[in-house]
Amino acid sequence: MDSVLKTKGLYEHFLRKGKLNTRTTHYCAGCGHGIVHKLIGEAMVELGIQDQTIFISPVGCVVFGYYYMDCGNIQVAHGRAPAVGTGISRTLKDKVVISYQGDGDLAAIGFNSTFQAANRGENIAVFFINNAIYGMTGGQMAPTTLIGQKTTTSPWGRDPLTAGYPVHVCEILNQLKAPIYIERVSVADSSRIVKARHAIRKALQIQRDRKGYSFVEIIAPCPTNTKGSSLDAMRFCIEQMEKEYPLGCLRDRSAESLSYPPHPQRINAHDFFPLMSDNIENSLISTPEACPIRRFKFSGFGGQGILSLGLIVAKAAQSQGKFVSWLPSYGPEQRGGAAACSVIISDKNIGSPLVNTPDILVTMNQPSYERFAPSIAENGTIIYDSHIPNKISIPSKSGIRQISFPAMELANQHQSPKSANTALLGAITELRLIPVHKEVVIAFLKQSFKSKKNLVEKNLEIFHAASQWVKEHNL
Amino acid sequence: MNLFVKGNDAIIIGALYAGCEAYFGYPITPASEIAHSAAKWFPETGRVFLQAECETNSINMVYGAAASGKLSMTASSGPGISLMQEGISYLVGAQLPAVIVNIMRTGPGLGNVGPEQGDYNQSVKGAGHGNSHNIVLAPGSIQEMCDFTIHAFSLAVKYRNPAIILADGVLGQMMEPLHLPESETPQPDTKSWALHGDAQTRNNLITSIILEPEDQEEFNIFLQKKYANMQCEAMAESWLTEDADIILTGYGISGRIAKTAVEELRSENIKAGFFRPQTLYPFPTEQLHKAVSPKTKILVVELSNGQYRDDLQFHLNNSSIPIYLTNRMGGMLVDVKSILEKAKKIIDAN
Ligand SMILES: Cc1ncc(C[n+]2csc(CCOP(=O)(O)OP(=O)(O)O)c2C)c(N)n1
Repeated sequence: MDSVLKTKGLYEHFLRKGKLNTRTTHYCAGCGHGIVHKLIGEAMVELGIQDQTIFISPVGCVVFGYYYMDCGNIQVAHGRAPAVGTGISRTLKDKVVISYQGDGDLAAIGFNSTFQAANRGENIAVFFINNAIYGMTGGQMAPTTLIGQKTTTSPWGRDPLTAGYPVHVCEILNQLKAPIYIERVSVADSSRIVKARHAIRKALQIQRDRKGYSFVEIIAPCPTNTKGSSLDAMRFCIEQMEKEYPLGCLRDRSAESLSYPPHPQRINAHDFFPLMSDNIENSLISTPEACPIRRFKFSGFGGQGILSLGLIVAKAAQSQGKFVSWLPSYGPEQRGGAAACSVIISDKNIGSPLVNTPDILVTMNQPSYERFAPSIAENGTIIYDSHIPNKISIPSKSGIRQISFPAMELANQHQSPKSANTALLGAITELRLIPVHKEVVIAFLKQSFKSKKNLVEKNLEIFHAASQWVKEHNL
Repeated sequence: MNLFVKGNDAIIIGALYAGCEAYFGYPITPASEIAHSAAKWFPETGRVFLQAECETNSINMVYGAAASGKLSMTASSGPGISLMQEGISYLVGAQLPAVIVNIMRTGPGLGNVGPEQGDYNQSVKGAGHGNSHNIVLAPGSIQEMCDFTIHAFSLAVKYRNPAIILADGVLGQMMEPLHLPESETPQPDTKSWALHGDAQTRNNLITSIILEPEDQEEFNIFLQKKYANMQCEAMAESWLTEDADIILTGYGISGRIAKTAVEELRSENIKAGFFRPQTLYPFPTEQLHKAVSPKTKILVVELSNGQYRDDLQFHLNNSSIPIYLTNRMGGMLVDVKSILEKAKKIIDAN
């Protein structure tokens, strides 16, 4: 008896309904899902892919697909099968992933998931059961419900003025370049089932060969919700649904498409990241001299190299064993193209990396000069570009030093207007505001041009010119 | 071997050392650099990077990769994490390991991209709908951004539960030296539960639906036991708490600021101590009880409306220990000066 009933690719016993009745499914009489399950099961076995297949059960009547499909099984969130399928097929090589979905799942809540996976040409096979209704939740309107069709949420019939028109998913996906195969079939009668069998098998073959994305829409009867006999539901599919959703193959590029390229070689993290560290000569690493905490604020317009200036200072200090932090302005602090960063150099662990009262303020434009200068710490140094027109005085604090420095002018003189930040680096180094040796700063300046070697010489020139300027002006 | 990197980069470095195989994510400030680094370094080391179309789908791609037995992750900020909550709950229900990074910005709604810690309850009190919890780690430095990511993967695998790295915009954006880990963690053995697409794992099933009420209850009881068993994983930093009259506490960036305040108070001979939870779920209750005594006062520093403070009160069994709060919201940090003022006021009031 059992061997007669045994259907290829489906479990021998369906445990969903307990141990007493292990051959009946949970589907209603006349429902199309059972037929499609059979066709998929058969195709899996005939193609010899049962072990390597993962079947995704959606939310909908097929939520329990895994009680039937004899392969790897996963149940997922409503509408998310193509995303989950993406995660599986991207991480498991050479597997067959089936995304089985109803019309609410695929074309309503999950439509973007459907559309984007199709557009990327994910290596998954999507079987889309179009029964023009929400089955599981009690016959509500689906995106594919026909105009005038009565459902529990369109009790007077679907009115396109308020509920839009039936969604033609195959036709929409056919606008995309990536899909390999798109076909609409039906399981309403036996001649149609033969064609559906062929389409399902083709989609799985494409999958097995890792050729890409296939999409098979299957018009299927739902007698329970279309209210009538199995025969009525069949007729509804053939006479009404097919008018709206013509059957046929919209695209088949399986013959000309190539298999996915093999995955790139995997490299261990420990063979990768150590190569990225900044290497400076050992001779440049000295035992750090103790120094009080130094809080820097670098500020100007975006594009003036403010952030990289701060970064060079931070990296140079870090190489000498100091505790260092660097924090760019972002969010509320970063308005109107302003750029600023906080750098702290300390002999101890650093708490907040945000500098509110800088010991050293480097500033390249008027707005940031005005913004940060009043916050300078006692005995602090402000170094600003000399083109800044309006100087402000900071009367209430003692020991403030304000230095006007021609950073932009020096950079322009060397035909490299973008290197004003390098000039400032030269100046603050020469002023001994950074607690590391000049050679170390130079080493990190060079490092910062690792990928633009042609700029190194020019920037070194500017750096030295800036040092010279500081010496000449006895600062 | 040291690198000088942003917290957001340190997350990806940690992920790769943890053996993470796939990253799926959607951009959002201030977490975007995580995706930027992942986009470079995952493919360069032969792993999977994919920019998803939205956070709902990111987390479901993670669900798929995790079901395949591969370590995978995503990262986002408040609005995106909200969208992921359904998927996170499914991860809990299907018992799948994954790491989710939340670089907190301000809220509610779109808020702004400045640092806040207002997602505490969202991450710590429930993973999503149902009787779910995340494992939640709260790094306080760039080193911890890397190390805790590695740890998050190992806890996620050990307990087959999602783990969240809860950090904020400042930790994501700032740079500090990072000491690279020694070597990449070997891949976990997942064949007893995952789908590898082979004969051996063909009968494994990944699902979170349990129709029979008795069975669903049984699963929930099992889950709660699992959470109780995680308690041994709780971590905290306690410093100078033995003789402290006042304990300053905060996690993440607020913890760092509180610690600086403790140093300053000590330099003024005020007996201040410091407590910083490094795991928020499981909460380091035992460490907390050890750090406080009935005579201590507690000053909480945080960037939210007091969500961490409320949890602290809960973990102190609503004892009579007075708990005060210094907080900022909206994208600003608490400054050390205002902490000092408040701490002194509390002590003087004695
Ligand atoms: C996020 C979410 N929203 C709503 C539901 C409820 N729900 C379950 S099945 C379903 C409809 C499924 O209809 P369809 O995709 O057409 O599949 P069918 O039941 O017809 O096979 C809905 C809305 C859910 N489970 N999750």
